[in-house]
Amino acid sequence: MFELVIAALVTLGALGYLMARQRVTAMAAESRVHSHSLPAYHGMFVALWVGLPAFFLSLVWLLLQDSVIDRLVLASLPEHLTEGLNAAHESLVISEIRSIAGGQVFGDPSPEFVAAAERLKTWGSLAGWAMLATCAAVALIGLLVTRQRIRPEFRARHGVERILDGLMIACAVVAIVTTLGIVVSLLFEAYRFFERVPLGEFLFGLNWEPQIAIRADQVAGHGAFGAVPVFLGTLVIAFIAMAFAVPVGLFAAIYLAEYSGPRFRASVKPVLEILAGIPTVVYGFFAVLTVAPAMRAFGAAVGLDVAPNSALAAGGVMGIMIIPFISSLSDDALNAVPRSLRDGSYALGATKAETIRQVLLPAALPGIMGGVLLALSRAIGETMIVVMAAGLIAKMSVDPLDSVTTVTVQIVTLLIGDTEFDNPKTLAAFALGLVLFLVTLGLNIVALRIVQKYREKYD
Amino acid sequence: MASTTLSETHDWHSEDARRRVRRRHAADRRMRFYGLAAIGVAVGLLAVLLGSLILSGYTAFVQTKVPLQIYVDPAQVKADDVGGGNYRKLVRDAFLELLPVELSRTEQRSYLDMLSSGAPFLLRDRVIADPSLVGQTVTMAAPLADPLDQFHKGVIPRDVPEEQRRVSDQQIGYYDQLVARGLISAPFNWALFTAADSRFPELAGLAGALVGSFYALLVCFLISFPVGIAAAIYLEEFARKNRWSDLIEVNINNLAAVPSVVFGLLGLAVFLGFFGLPRSAPLVGGMVLSLMTLPTIIIATRAALKAVPPSIREAAFGIGASRHQVVLHHVLPLAMPGILTGTIIGLAQALGETAPLLLIGMNAFITSSPGGLTDPATALPTQIFIWADSPERGFVARTSAAILVLIGFLVAMNAIAIFLRQKLERKW
Repeated sequence: MFELVIAALVTLGALGYLMARQRVTAMAAESRVHSHSLPAYHGMFVALWVGLPAFFLSLVWLLLQDSVIDRLVLASLPEHLTEGLNAAHESLVISEIRSIAGGQVFGDPSPEFVAAAERLKTWGSLAGWAMLATCAAVALIGLLVTRQRIRPEFRARHGVERILDGLMIACAVVAIVTTLGIVVSLLFEAYRFFERVPLGEFLFGLNWEPQIAIRADQVAGHGAFGAVPVFLGTLVIAFIAMAFAVPVGLFAAIYLAEYSGPRFRASVKPVLEILAGIPTVVYGFFAVLTVAPAMRAFGAAVGLDVAPNSALAAGGVMGIMIIPFISSLSDDALNAVPRSLRDGSYALGATKAETIRQVLLPAALPGIMGGVLLALSRAIGETMIVVMAAGLIAKMSVDPLDSVTTVTVQIVTLLIGDTEFDNPKTLAAFALGLVLFLVTLGLNIVALRIVQKYREKYD
Repeated sequence: MASTTLSETHDWHSEDARRRVRRRHAADRRMRFYGLAAIGVAVGLLAVLLGSLILSGYTAFVQTKVPLQIYVDPAQVKADDVGGGNYRKLVRDAFLELLPVELSRTEQRSYLDMLSSGAPFLLRDRVIADPSLVGQTVTMAAPLADPLDQFHKGVIPRDVPEEQRRVSDQQIGYYDQLVARGLISAPFNWALFTAADSRFPELAGLAGALVGSFYALLVCFLISFPVGIAAAIYLEEFARKNRWSDLIEVNINNLAAVPSVVFGLLGLAVFLGFFGLPRSAPLVGGMVLSLMTLPTIIIATRAALKAVPPSIREAAFGIGASRHQVVLHHVLPLAMPGILTGTIIGLAQALGETAPLLLIGMNAFITSSPGGLTDPATALPTQIFIWADSPERGFVARTSAAILVLIGFLVAMNAIAIFLRQKLERKW
């Protein structure tokens, strides 16, 4: 149906464009005046007014149509079927009716459901045609109203440019709306979580066992949602990743910036960028397939007991992923140090290593720190590697050979599968998400501040 | 080095001074070595990563098969109800015919286990597609079951004790007989690209995931490309520098660094929870991915617009163009190659993104390709995640193969981006 709407709008818009262009040319010729705007702008003006309002109307319509019809169908069911249903059951009922309407009948559906499925189908197609009719009507009204305004002295170009301005501003505001959407949805769901589990419990509790809260007799708030072990596990894995990635990335950057020739640099930099471009699910599989078994075998050889999903394997592989961030940001920072500082140091007789250690690194330190903080935020927010390679059970452990869990692992495991927004288990994921968002946001802001401040120093 | 020691009496060639210089140069060499070693570690790890994926994945690009001559018996498959026939029996009979010896009941079972349990479905699909096959003899290359497939490819070696492998000695005996008669072959595994997901590793393919990823990227492109360009043009060319434009800028930079799983939470709470859009649909996946891709496109577009020299703008103003005409007719076309490069790189990132798609349910088990934007689907990275979680040995190779396919797509997209940058971008 949406395709039909688009086709109708394009046709009407083209029609309006041609009519307006033709009309203004004829009027200008008749009254022997020059049109203020080119005829094409008159056409554009009408076409935009024909197409845009109806297009946005159809988008909103599509977004809301299904949930409105679901509500109506639910309301039309006989009382005894819907009485006392919670949201989860309602959505089950709806999906059953939907699958009956879609022709997939399992078993023997009750006659009420079959009737409801019939209604769903009729209303669905009715809504589709209604959307087409409404959009066409809106487009036609637009056509008629704007057609009246087409005159040679009408400033059509200004009108078109105002519409374009509005569209561009709306697009730029999407960024703000997205941030707002993130903040509001996280806050809203987290608030509902903290209604059931006290904030202090969540932030300082030492026991994280969200799975048992599904059971009906288990009331949340009995120590099952203390997130400290989860935070601790996140920090352990992020620390391992940083401990591996910072030295490797920093030394690689030093070599690329100070020692290597241009040709070596030109061939190694893209290779490091490949590391940054590999999807994280690939790193996760690499950790499971190669790194974790290798570490286990190595541990067995030297007499250490390494868990199959040890923090060391997950953190180490995450470190590989982070190397290119550190190396490229440190490389930028080192390259931003003015030539004169190097020359001054060399003129005093310092070797390259001495120049790097005592002049360049201190000068580039803010930039490098900014890069490290950005990388840390990346490590904390990284999901797939830890989902595949780290553990699920939260333990108060800082042993890198043990299995620990992270915030992102918990978010994904709590929300995978069927999710309904009315038990603490799923809401807990949003509370964790809120913490994750705030921490990474804070790290990013601090990092960007440091980098910007530092840049100003030498510009 | 106090100034007094720099007297003429200082001997720069004393053993002591030479040793100090040697030590300083050694420190310099050490620093250089550490740098090279770090680069070596990074490049080496990349090589290990790709190497281990290729080693474990290349076997999935071929599939062990056995040719069957199947007589589609009208007694088993009714011509007017081809969907409901007993294809299992047809396939089994045909497979039994390949071995010219009588088998006892248990031997038969062990022998029949060598054939993929999905083979009857393949025959059924073929007969449904062409009902005139009923009553005729069909030639079909049927896949062997996963353990035999792995055995043929050498993943399960012959010399491990019988109880430690999933292929019995008896089955190896039958296998050797089939090999001796030249019946076992391993052609290129087209099913990897034409079949959808399956519980049987030997039948599972990526078609559904490829279509799902394509739809999601299409939605992502349709939203983020126009919106991103419009936002960037506004910020770069029209917006007055004030609190609002600063706020938008800060927002865009921060969005670029928000963890992807948070976008998944947003999609789950807003698109699924609030608007009630369907779960597991590429439409929703594409919408979430477009929010993540927007900052990339906006930042790239602004850089491309900035790179267009002011002389172009001034020349256009000089012949009387309005601000909008300057931007739309002159600056934007010249910036297009840079914008396209940034867009392709953004889409490549979106293609590899997994976590947000998991949260909106694009990790469902779906055995058919999605027919539209709102059908349940998987995407390439979530398919990798599903297969990586599957216990069967055959899925390890499939996962690696799927990763190689994904990396192939990423390499191709980035190559196009680099090509565009080098061929089309003008240097001023």
